[in-house]
Amino acid sequence: MTELLTVENLHVVFQTYAGTVYAVNGMTFDVQPGEIFGLVGESGCGKSVACLAILRILPGHGRITAGRILFDGRDLIQARESEMQAIRGRQIAMIFQDPSTSLNPVFTVGSQIKRIIRHHTRASRKVTEQRALELLEEVALPDPLRIMQAYPHELSGGMQQRVMIAMALASGARLLIADEPTTALDVTIQDQILELLVELRRHVGLSILLITHNLGVVAETCDRVGVAYAGQIVEIGPTSEVLRRMKHPYTQGLLAALPSAQQKGKDLLSISGNVPNGLSVIPGCPFHPRCPRVMEVCWQTPPRLAAANPGEMQHQVACHLYSPEVAQ
Amino acid sequence: MQRWEYILKRLFLAIVVLFSVSLITFFIARVLPSDPAAAWVGPRPTQEQIAKATQTLGLDQPLYIQYWRYLTSLLHGDLGVSIKSRQPILTELKTYLPATLELVIASMIIGELIGIPLGVLSGAWKGGALDNFSRILAVACVSLPTFFLGLLLQLIFFARLKLLPISGRISNEIAINYPVTPITGFYTVDTLVAGNWPAFQDALLHLILPAITLAAFGLGLSIRMTRASIIETLNEKYILAARVAGLPRRTILFVLALKNAIMPTLNVVGLSFVYSLTGSILVEVIFSWPGLGQYLTNAVLSLDFPVIVSVTLIVTVFYVVVNLVLDLIQAAIDPRVALS
Repeated sequence: MTELLTVENLHVVFQTYAGTVYAVNGMTFDVQPGEIFGLVGESGCGKSVACLAILRILPGHGRITAGRILFDGRDLIQARESEMQAIRGRQIAMIFQDPSTSLNPVFTVGSQIKRIIRHHTRASRKVTEQRALELLEEVALPDPLRIMQAYPHELSGGMQQRVMIAMALASGARLLIADEPTTALDVTIQDQILELLVELRRHVGLSILLITHNLGVVAETCDRVGVAYAGQIVEIGPTSEVLRRMKHPYTQGLLAALPSAQQKGKDLLSISGNVPNGLSVIPGCPFHPRCPRVMEVCWQTPPRLAAANPGEMQHQVACHLYSPEVAQ
Repeated sequence: MQRWEYILKRLFLAIVVLFSVSLITFFIARVLPSDPAAAWVGPRPTQEQIAKATQTLGLDQPLYIQYWRYLTSLLHGDLGVSIKSRQPILTELKTYLPATLELVIASMIIGELIGIPLGVLSGAWKGGALDNFSRILAVACVSLPTFFLGLLLQLIFFARLKLLPISGRISNEIAINYPVTPITGFYTVDTLVAGNWPAFQDALLHLILPAITLAAFGLGLSIRMTRASIIETLNEKYILAARVAGLPRRTILFVLALKNAIMPTLNVVGLSFVYSLTGSILVEVIFSWPGLGQYLTNAVLSLDFPVIVSVTLIVTVFYVVVNLVLDLIQAAIDPRVALS
């Protein structure tokens, strides 16, 4: 199977007044056609920045310093701005965490969807109108005619996010980047939106890059998952494999930190220390200052992604605990 | 329906405001140490003449009766008579007000047609060459004294290039050979409606320099306001979402962002419009433009209080109406703004 999107050794830095922030440091992952790939990690691990880099919409002081981003075999980092313009929306769409701020408050929902359809298809007014109604139905919004007339502030958060998804579909994109799409929503609404994404994957054949900090969301929806820490992928593999037989101490810590019914009455576990601020590159393994199983090698040599279990290439982990040299 | 209710309520409030303004200006004008009767009679009056004039003007009556008389005639559409010229004020306003309105509206159009797009572009490319240029332009526009700019333009376009007339609303020869029939009092509009081409051209040429001079201040303001507002708007998530959707930059800037960002500019434009009605005095003097500013200034200098009160009322009417219109525009632009 050929990958739809491959991110290889991506580096992104920001120039700030405090100094250079190394936000993404050699991130590598891929998204297969028709797949939901989860990118999971704490705030500040570089997962959102990586997505902005894919679409080349980093804020002014951010820069891609190394790496490749292959979409359908084309390197987006080398692409000209005019080519990116054609890829945004038409090939890759994106939805954001807070739908209430992602919709333009002074235009009706209908005019916002129709503007995108018209721009990408140059269809007639009537066809555009028809297509907009279909899209709203596709994302399971009741009474599409009324929604078309409504302004964003007249809709609930869940409805707003459905509208955002409809707008993402409006241009016929093949890859949807969903940046924490359910974080700002109620739990029940969260589930509905996730179900919708799963269903769209099935019906429309959409590939989804789902960014989240919520392992529950990953377990529910993703085919594969990558765990990001300090701008790198530390563990990657099929969701069930990673969540059941996690190898990296960071992934283990994340899962242990989830509150569960069995631990009722006990203190919540947490990973000691803080996420690095990115102002300096940590030598060796980026997790070593917080790692409960740190070894001497972790201070000097950065680990590379390698098979987590001998002979199994799907599940990979970047940790010296599992490298053959260290084991000996 | 709700909108009409709102407009009616606002208009009713406007009447209250107008009433209070007429009351205040009337009494302030009357307590000033001046002798309208003497002014009415002219230089070296006799005692008898003054006594007669006092009676004619009703100045022998108590103040509240004077005000009552003034108010009732006002309600009949009679603004009174100018003490200095002895002309009905309404007749005089028919020449001065349209002249000023034509000048002010023309300057607004120039200022906004340049200022808003320039503000948008320099906000979008903050720190770029265009931004630097328009920031210098804005500072120059706001800080150059009107008389300096006006004289400079006259020097360049009249004295040197001989392209544009130096002053007035229309040339004498044109006014004689191609008389303007007043309909709206806007020479450019009246000549255009009548198909009077030579007069239209002449009136338009006369309008250019004073309109540019008056536009400068508003131009500077709207560049700065639009720029600041668009920079703020461009940081919004929905602008990022529009970029991600692949919409062209032109649409994002001038439709999606501008509609969110334009209200502060419109508010400033509205206020400076009302201000210019009488504040254009310097421009009117430099370009011999027979407008409201000159009319009011002369009235103040000669303590012609019926004129002072009338002009104040007119400006108040404009102020109230402009504010109402701005509120309606704001409600039309942003559905989250409730009319209440």
